[in-house]
Amino acid sequence: MTGMTAIPPLDARTKRQVARATRRNEADAHKRLTSRGATIVAILIAIVWTIPTFGLFVTSFRPGADSSTSGWWTVFTNPGFTLDNYFTALTSGGTALTLGASFINSLAITIPATLIPIVIASLVAYAFAWIDFKAKNLLFVLVFALQIVPIQMALVPLLSLFSRGLTINGVGIFPGFELRDVDHSFATVWIAHSIFALPLAIFLLHNFISEIPSEVIEAARVDGAGHGQIFFRIIIPLAMPAIASFAIFQFLWVWNDLLVATIFAPSTSLPITQTLNSLSGTWGGQWYLQSAGTFIAIIVPLIVFFALQRFFVRGLLAGATKG
Amino acid sequence: MSDTPAATVTKRRAPSRQTTGIVLAAGLIVVVAAFLFLITRAPSPDALPVSLGFSLNRLFQLVGNLNPLVQIPIILAVFGLVVALILVLIEYAPRAGKGYFYLRLAACFILPALAFMLLRPYQNSFIFVLLIALVLGGLLFFADYRSRQGAGYLFQLVIFTAPAAILLLTGLVYPTIATLFQSFFDKKTENFVGLENYIWVFTNPEGFWSVINTIIWVLIAPVFATVIGLAYAALVDRARGEKFLKVLVFMPYAISFVGAGIIWKFVYDFRQGEQIGLLNAIVTAFGGQPVSWLDAQPLINTFLLLVVFIWSQTAFAMVILSSAIKGVPAEQIEAAALDGTTAWQSFINVTVPGIRSSLIVVLTTIAIAALKVYDIVAVMTGGRANTSVLGFEMVNQQQRFQSYGHSAALAVVLFIFVLPLIIYNARQIKKQIR
Repeated sequence: MTGMTAIPPLDARTKRQVARATRRNEADAHKRLTSRGATIVAILIAIVWTIPTFGLFVTSFRPGADSSTSGWWTVFTNPGFTLDNYFTALTSGGTALTLGASFINSLAITIPATLIPIVIASLVAYAFAWIDFKAKNLLFVLVFALQIVPIQMALVPLLSLFSRGLTINGVGIFPGFELRDVDHSFATVWIAHSIFALPLAIFLLHNFISEIPSEVIEAARVDGAGHGQIFFRIIIPLAMPAIASFAIFQFLWVWNDLLVATIFAPSTSLPITQTLNSLSGTWGGQWYLQSAGTFIAIIVPLIVFFALQRFFVRGLLAGATKG
Repeated sequence: MSDTPAATVTKRRAPSRQTTGIVLAAGLIVVVAAFLFLITRAPSPDALPVSLGFSLNRLFQLVGNLNPLVQIPIILAVFGLVVALILVLIEYAPRAGKGYFYLRLAACFILPALAFMLLRPYQNSFIFVLLIALVLGGLLFFADYRSRQGAGYLFQLVIFTAPAAILLLTGLVYPTIATLFQSFFDKKTENFVGLENYIWVFTNPEGFWSVINTIIWVLIAPVFATVIGLAYAALVDRARGEKFLKVLVFMPYAISFVGAGIIWKFVYDFRQGEQIGLLNAIVTAFGGQPVSWLDAQPLINTFLLLVVFIWSQTAFAMVILSSAIKGVPAEQIEAAALDGTTAWQSFINVTVPGIRSSLIVVLTTIAIAALKVYDIVAVMTGGRANTSVLGFEMVNQQQRFQSYGHSAALAVVLFIFVLPLIIYNARQIKKQIR
């Protein structure tokens, strides 16, 4: 031990030099490991994977007259670009609900449906991780099993609970929600998304929260903090990386969802996926509108994806390799 | 509660479990009796809902009439207030002292009653519902007060878990059981029809094709997506510009199935005259006749839908397997290289066994996703030309034909397909908990 302390700490400059040399060596090693054949095959696959999206992307900027008479690849020999497709697509959809309005609806659905289940799930995850009670492990496995019950099993009865309430043996106990005349009601979609997100959220957050060192929690308890304070002041900040990963996941999942919206959203509250799907039928072969509409719908997920990719991958790995 | 003074005197002694058990059992009998009495009374269809002047329904109506963007902060603020109340209760309720005792007492009686009142019970059920709420609250208080871990322990546990438990029970457990029940009843869930709906699933063309197609999906999609994802992960591991190449293949995973469906519908586009769809352009460039791909039967159109799914799920497989490959110890690969094995041999004999558990996870995850698929079929064919799958047909029967029995039976068949995967995954998780 005494011998260790005798070594003088590296000064900042040496440290930088060592780091630079290591990086250079690693880069050299990687270069030696890479093979030209692997690179070429990988690039070919990547091109095949990207072409469908790229083709539609190009079409979204071509004038309608061009894109309905010639393939998108002819744009390289016969260029012609416009932004009109996007304006037309945003305002199409009739008086009831335009694509632009359903874009707003998607935001109004997705943000609460991301935050609400995370809070509820982290409460339970904390209880599972740090409060002892009977049958804890059994209950946890049951919650996990719920995660894989297809939501198709739950859709129709849940819908009838929402709209018709609870009636047993002909005796009415609770009425349903009366939201028919409401302008933009998202309540049922929020609740449905929150419920369906819970099993996975509880599972992921529990994995993370249970690994927080118990000394941290003990120390807070000695200082007189109850579970409420420990949860709010210690667990939530420490679990932020896991919460962020799951939040991105849930955000993309809800934004991209079609099934839950089809069943639960009233006709004025449809999200962009649903409106795009029905407009896609109306537009038919008008690919200049289909393409612009599609890119309006996928721009938000793509931005989230590119901006927060690291969190996203981390969440994916935590979810998959643990379960 | 006649023994309250005695209990305060003998507070140090652990309360007898037997007494607690008897009181709890008696209370539960009262609850069950009240419930049975409630549901066996004559129905009164004219009954009106009773509310305290505010209810969940009223809140949703008020919020729903606002601009969608304004709704976001308002609903989050309301939700935040509820969570704050929960945290305050959790923090203060377990403390010792007279004030905290009354806090718990009040919370136990008020919260369940308030929760039920927010749902506006009908006039004829109102008294019973309130009775059940109050008895349940009283039982919780009693059990909590006599808990061996000290008063407040059980209370905070219940408060922590109640929101999720209520949502999961009403939103997943109850509906799943109800669907199971509905699958043995006719269109409108009125008459018992035995296995008729299940016979329909396997004999009616739509039902039959959705079963066959679902089996095709679950057998083919995971294998292709995993193999391509694995190959690509291994290739980019040895390629230059790894990060960029990975992003290109990963991107489809962020695109919705609705978006992906339209992207590929464009590739498969068919028309008279010059072809603008890539696939038909390639076919005609080689002198072939253009094909209306999404109508091409048998099974060709199903495989073309599968391509879309594989295109998107390969991204998932690639990301998971790529990080698994990087986790294989370099020494093992080097040792294999020293033994003179080729790159291919070392990949098969060292890398693949090293990432076995990740491979299984990827295969099962994609298999589950393939079983539940809905969007791709809805967007690309709408189930036409024998492309339907269970997840789609189930919604189709409910929405288009209002046929709840068929819809439920399709969902149950889907559930039975997923069941082996659930059991397998649950075992894995049990292993990890130990």
